Amino acid sequence: MAIIIDYDSCIDCGSCEDQCPFGAIETIDGKVTITEACTICGACVEVCPVGAISKEEEEIIVNIDKNDYKNVWVFIELHKGMPRNVGLELLGQGRILADANNEKLIGVIIGEKSRTIANEIINYGADEVIIVEGPQYIDYNTDTYTNAMEILINKYKPSTILIGATNNGRDLGPRIACRVGTGLTADCTNLGIDEETGNIAWTRPAFGGNIMATIICPLHRPQIGTVRPNVFKKLEKNTDRLGRIISEEITMDESKIRTKIIDFINVEEGPEINLEEAEFIVSGGRGLGKPENFKMIRELAEALDGSVGASRAAVDSEWISALHQVGQTGKTVGPKVYIACGISGAIQHLAGMSSSDIIIAINKDPEAPIFDVADYGVVGDVFEVVPELTKQIINHKKAKSL
Amino acid sequence: MNIIVCVKQVPDTTEVKIDPETNTLIRSGVPSIVNPFDKNALEAAVQLKESQGGKVTVITMGPPQAKDALKECLSLGADQAYLISDRAFGGSDTLATSYTLAAAIKKIGDFDLILCGKQAIDGDTAQVGPEMAEHLDIAQVTLVSKITPGQSGLIVEKEQDEGYEVIETELPAVLTVVKSINIPRYASIKSKIAARKIEIETISVEDLDVDPEQLGLKGSATQVKKIFSPKKRTTGVIINNENGKEAAGELFKKLIQIPVV
Repeated sequence: MAIIIDYDSCIDCGSCEDQCPFGAIETIDGKVTITEACTICGACVEVCPVGAISKEEEEIIVNIDKNDYKNVWVFIELHKGMPRNVGLELLGQGRILADANNEKLIGVIIGEKSRTIANEIINYGADEVIIVEGPQYIDYNTDTYTNAMEILINKYKPSTILIGATNNGRDLGPRIACRVGTGLTADCTNLGIDEETGNIAWTRPAFGGNIMATIICPLHRPQIGTVRPNVFKKLEKNTDRLGRIISEEITMDESKIRTKIIDFINVEEGPEINLEEAEFIVSGGRGLGKPENFKMIRELAEALDGSVGASRAAVDSEWISALHQVGQTGKTVGPKVYIACGISGAIQHLAGMSSSDIIIAINKDPEAPIFDVADYGVVGDVFEVVPELTKQIINHKKAKSL
Repeated sequence: MNIIVCVKQVPDTTEVKIDPETNTLIRSGVPSIVNPFDKNALEAAVQLKESQGGKVTVITMGPPQAKDALKECLSLGADQAYLISDRAFGGSDTLATSYTLAAAIKKIGDFDLILCGKQAIDGDTAQVGPEMAEHLDIAQVTLVSKITPGQSGLIVEKEQDEGYEVIETELPAVLTVVKSINIPRYASIKSKIAARKIEIETISVEDLDVDPEQLGLKGSATQVKKIFSPKKRTTGVIINNENGKEAAGELFKKLIQIPVV
């Protein structure tokens, strides 16, 4: 498969060169040339005003029968023995995908004790749950978890596996996909079904959120993707739902486990630091002026049961630990509400938070670029606005709970 | 300790502009840079070399102009560099890329450790490092923020939500590093001149022991079906009130209307 340029029709307009998201089209010796950076995405085919570019399909032979692979799996990641929210959210979307293809939705739980969680996973939409238990699974480990998933995949042959795009999910996903020789799409923000082929259509941002790409895995199975937390809604918990629980005994030869956790350095605990899964994030930047002023950011976050984020400027000034940094070189977050306080909104910061549902900006500079993306902006002094907002939210919540 | 660092030449995505009329990406004039996280990986490798001895080899897969990225790495402390380049590698997804890189690493041989940045800023997949570790059948730790030599392997710290896991890993291993691991050094005029004298070898498909079916597009399990621009965010409601308390009150009223609280 390749991109073919019909030079007889080409008018050298340069549209394709400008449009190529991968910079793979260049004029070399006066001739439009497709370079090795090409991913055959077809963006140039659509943009060519004279139809001089076409996509040549080539047959790829894969030695698997797709019909052998059935059902949608959701990997249920545990954190301190409890399922992470993203797993429950993926059961919600997995239910839709499974129903659309007349397949079953199956939760896979690997952990020290996963049986106790199994019923909850069924309550949240799974038809069946596969559990793998034992002391080798107390903490996430690349080798033991990959080994367990490989054995399960080869035995049960799922068509699709959804994994939360958490730190551990993004460590596990590529290891499994490569082990079984299949495709993986990272950090998806939308999942659907490609009507033409019935494959899962995985949509994800790239180029710091400047473009979106929809990716398919047409011939290999299972199709695997990691999916960003907070994108999908979990179903209402239904305690009447019943389902089968299958227990698999898998133990790995200890000598083959190549990494071992020997300690944990706790920086912070609690909801404040859990940016990946937070529904509300309150972030502080250079405008706070000094580290003590993060106190009011923490108070607003606490009032909203949210987490605390920071811009690179605040982290580089050592006002707050690097674990809080949102942006291109920090964390990518997608909460329901993101409140940027004293953050100017450099493009690197926007890359990490522009997929938030609602963005609120508080900044004294009316020209700050953060206002270009803010749904609600307050041009004002953060030191006046933030504490007052916190007070009103606390009062409102108190009044509501009475 | 012999260390291989994998780098990628990427467009500086912070320089990418959006055409306001068509809401599409304007790429012309966007400079190519060494992926920022890969510079952290290189710096970590050079620091390990300085304390433990050994050599640092930097590799990249890409078109001929990716040599520029390798030259920069040589001026930042790498001892040798290989460009992995061939038309046969074109159109690779992460599965085919990691297969090709792993084959090149086997060919180069003689390594204890492979370092990568946690992800590239153009694709943001964070998949090539772990997939390469799998192709090589060696240990991996992702999101590493500290590396210390241990008795037989390494003691590393992995970034997690609430702190850092301290992990003991065997060697050889693939580690992907985060930005907070170090501050990369700058090249000096002297190091730039020294780097110019180092010849960069090119590895092409004939040099590798590979299955051609697993290379490039043929070896890619995923396909890009469609590229489109994200829904453009625009400025919403702006509250201009010099009285901070009143402004907070107005904002609060908006928030309960949505309702977010």
